[in-house]
Amino acid sequence: MIDADVVVGLEVHCQLDTKSKLFCGCSTDYRNDGPNTHVCPVCLGLPGTMPVLNRRAIEYAMRVAKALNCTVIPESEFSRKNYFYPDLDKAYQVTQYDKPLALGGYVGIEGDDGKERRIQLTRIHVEEDPGRLVHMGNAERGRYSLVDYNRAGIPLIEIVSEPEMRSPKEARKFLNKLRATLEYLGVFDPEKEGSLRVDANISLRGSERVEIKNITSYKGVERALTFEVTRQKNQLRRGLKVDRETRHYLEARGITQSARSKEQENDYRYFPEPDLRPLRVQSWVKDVKLPELPDARRERFVQQYGCSLNHARTLTGELKMANFFEAVVAGDGNGLCKLAATWIADTLAGELNYRSMGIDALDAKRFTGLLVLLKAGTITDKSGIEVMRVMLDERLKGETVETPEAIVSRLNLAKTTGDDAALLGAVHDVITENPKAVEDYKAGKNGALNFLVGQTMKKTRGRADPGELNRLMVEALKSAEQ
Amino acid sequence: MAVHTINFEPDDRYNAFLKVCAKPSHSEGKLAGIAVAVKDNISTQGIETTCASKILKGYVPPYDAHAVGLIKNAGAAIAGKTNMDEFGMGTSTENSAFGPTLNPCDTGRVPGGSSGGSAAAVAAGMVRMALGTDTGGSIRCPAAFSGIVGFKPTYGRVSRYGLIAYANSLETIGPMATNVSDVSLLMSVISGNDRKDTTSYDKPYAHTPSADIKGLRIGIPEEYFGKGVDPDVGTVVRRAIARLEELGAVTVPCSIPSMEYALAAYYVICTSEASSNLARFDGVRYGPAADTKKSWHAAYQDVRKQGFGPEVRRRIMLGTFALSSGYYGKYYAKAQVARENVRKDFTRLFSDVDVLCGPTMPTIAFKFGEKSDPLSMYLSDILTVPVNLAGIPAISVPCGKVQGMPVGLQVMGRPFEDERVIDVAYAYEQAVKP
Amino acid sequence: MVTEKDVEHIGELADIGIDTSELAIFTGQFNAIVEYFDVLDRVHGDDAVARDLYNVMREDVVEPSLSQDEATRNAGAQEDGFIKAPRVM
Repeated sequence: MIDADVVVGLEVHCQLDTKSKLFCGCSTDYRNDGPNTHVCPVCLGLPGTMPVLNRRAIEYAMRVAKALNCTVIPESEFSRKNYFYPDLDKAYQVTQYDKPLALGGYVGIEGDDGKERRIQLTRIHVEEDPGRLVHMGNAERGRYSLVDYNRAGIPLIEIVSEPEMRSPKEARKFLNKLRATLEYLGVFDPEKEGSLRVDANISLRGSERVEIKNITSYKGVERALTFEVTRQKNQLRRGLKVDRETRHYLEARGITQSARSKEQENDYRYFPEPDLRPLRVQSWVKDVKLPELPDARRERFVQQYGCSLNHARTLTGELKMANFFEAVVAGDGNGLCKLAATWIADTLAGELNYRSMGIDALDAKRFTGLLVLLKAGTITDKSGIEVMRVMLDERLKGETVETPEAIVSRLNLAKTTGDDAALLGAVHDVITENPKAVEDYKAGKNGALNFLVGQTMKKTRGRADPGELNRLMVEALKSAEQ
Repeated sequence: MAVHTINFEPDDRYNAFLKVCAKPSHSEGKLAGIAVAVKDNISTQGIETTCASKILKGYVPPYDAHAVGLIKNAGAAIAGKTNMDEFGMGTSTENSAFGPTLNPCDTGRVPGGSSGGSAAAVAAGMVRMALGTDTGGSIRCPAAFSGIVGFKPTYGRVSRYGLIAYANSLETIGPMATNVSDVSLLMSVISGNDRKDTTSYDKPYAHTPSADIKGLRIGIPEEYFGKGVDPDVGTVVRRAIARLEELGAVTVPCSIPSMEYALAAYYVICTSEASSNLARFDGVRYGPAADTKKSWHAAYQDVRKQGFGPEVRRRIMLGTFALSSGYYGKYYAKAQVARENVRKDFTRLFSDVDVLCGPTMPTIAFKFGEKSDPLSMYLSDILTVPVNLAGIPAISVPCGKVQGMPVGLQVMGRPFEDERVIDVAYAYEQAVKP
Repeated sequence: MVTEKDVEHIGELADIGIDTSELAIFTGQFNAIVEYFDVLDRVHGDDAVARDLYNVMREDVVEPSLSQDEATRNAGAQEDGFIKAPRVM
């Protein structure tokens, strides 16, 4: 039995959120438009065209380099990576090879052992995205491809890590941290479809390295790597060796599959791009202004708002969530911080995820209103969740989103009090409808009381305070006994 | 601005044109109403642009090359697209997929290449001026062989945007005409910075040729009169240089030791860049369609085998080889060192002399089929390629005849001293004017 | 010495499509040329290319694109605004 140590390295490609493409003036805002509508002679690779470098792409990459503590090298340049593929309009990709923009640097993550770890980076560089292929036809009637070059020439930053992550989970944390950092820097929009792509390499100690290409989702990285760990361990357990190879991740099936050998024989014949001048931008580093980054903000949330480390980590893990939290508690001396942290990091995050909604779907003021109701004891936690769901569903359906107060009033969600006739009526109804449970209670079975309280909760749709209801039920049972 | 048209109905008995624009329109300006022929590797909006290759048959660019836009704005009428060696790969215009161009001086001989169509169109008087391109001599060679003036500007002084790339780091667009004044005029229109070509310089050419070369120091590199150079050609050129001395210039013997390997360096670099530049011709976005039922490598191989001529395929393969894993250091990297040495040799010489003079080509125009093996054809570029490696300006001006065929005097200058090179050619031209 | 197998491999890399009937002649020409290139073995010096222009860039400004028709007009085949290409799967 082999207890293999896992070693993971990642190559992360992120689209830089510029207005125009890396080498031409075509708009990068292509996602809602038809195929081949955001292309020009340059990004179509028409004969005779030449690239002109977008300054902002380099400025963005410099921000990333500084934020990740990389060393910008004195002179960098672009090279051509030559290979044939229908999505590659020039049959070469303009990228950086032996003179990348920056070397070194690191990303801090919470390791599996709970300790802060620094995952070292090899390099970062800038390159162009290829177009997009759609596969058509079938085996009987012939297959072909359709190409849309709208994506061709979108600026990408590639961040290459050293093989220093020790589990698929650490890889996920690395990726989340990287995503948050790039988002904080204002250079990357993680919500745009396909804006991030990852190649992963993984090896078990003493075994060959396997590359997994083209993972297109955040969750996919952990899944693909977990699949690979299991597959490779099984190989070794059966006494087989792990081949050094490239594998593709099949997102829909959650598995990896060996790439055909032909694709592995690539000889990219890199050479410097003769149509672009080299970059000497090292001196720009000192002028790059960095915003507050996730680690600093996390610390501040702990210090300033008394958040737990876990809540602070979740809240600052996404820029919009962190901003939302601060908007909810902004300048507020009424002590909503802890409540807000729990409700946003635990409850709201789950509800949003369930609906595939972004946090900007909710108005921070409305959310503050909800927390005020909870804090004042006007509604129970259960009703609080219901109010939240109503607001989210209203937004999802495109209806007018009501205020929390309006929802509480419309659905009659205000917490019941001891002399609430409806509540007392419900208690009595439950006692009448459940003679068996009442018998059990009398016989001293503790579970019976919980059952009766639960039934009453259901009838009042969670409006009652559980402690209060417990007291009322015991009293009612007592008087029923007499 | 008023738009006019001219009638352009040339008697193209030399196959100079691949496409003739019969009634081209033109506006006002420096070149108003002048018919200008454009080499077919320079993109022209709405006019088929093939690089004399089957692989671009039917391709109509949706944009104008920067230089084409400039000559149109200056009032020129685009007369048509001229024949050339396919993608600029050749020294004779025999490598056109649409048949060779004949030399108007002797139709049994090649007009030189690769801008042979432009040279023939000018030499035969079909047009007053033409645009050519020069990667390793492709303007100067046909100018010399066809008896006209051809100028290769300093690298970066004319935008390459729209020039269908063969070897980006070496090539440039340049003017061709029967006389130095017209070459200078056309140069003044096409030069200058272009924000679409970030290798271009903001050094516009606004010069009127001057024949005063008193005190000019001319270097005479021994290699330009050495092995492989026809002694008769050497004699004619030496006589022309003597003429420049009579005009007050001083000659200084000198040497370019890096010429030993300049040609090899040139062919490694141009084929390497070409192998990448020409990879995009895969039948997907333009040109004859790839069979979409096949897998992509198979479909591309069909298209490229049928679409490219033998010399183009050979150069793509050579370049692929020179860049491939295990050979990059031996060929491509070494060629860059050699190129740097050529540049240094020129820098050293230009610290002492103002220009260098020698023959443009080692021989007169070849007979058709004379250079059948590729290497012997390559060797005829020996006197033109050092200029491209160094990025300096050079001109070829007619300076006499051998066996009734024209010989070109080549004048090479310091980077961005295009004006001085033009002046030397002008001084010679004026001095020998009948 | 470049062998026919080398030439075949280079032909694959370049997607140039070489027939077996062409291999011998291509290989012969290749060897003559490559032999000539060997003069580069004698080259010594610094490969640091002297360049005088750096950081030539444009501002991040959107400019008009081609229309879909202009973009696809030169392609051999189109389908619903896409350009048709050989299969890759």
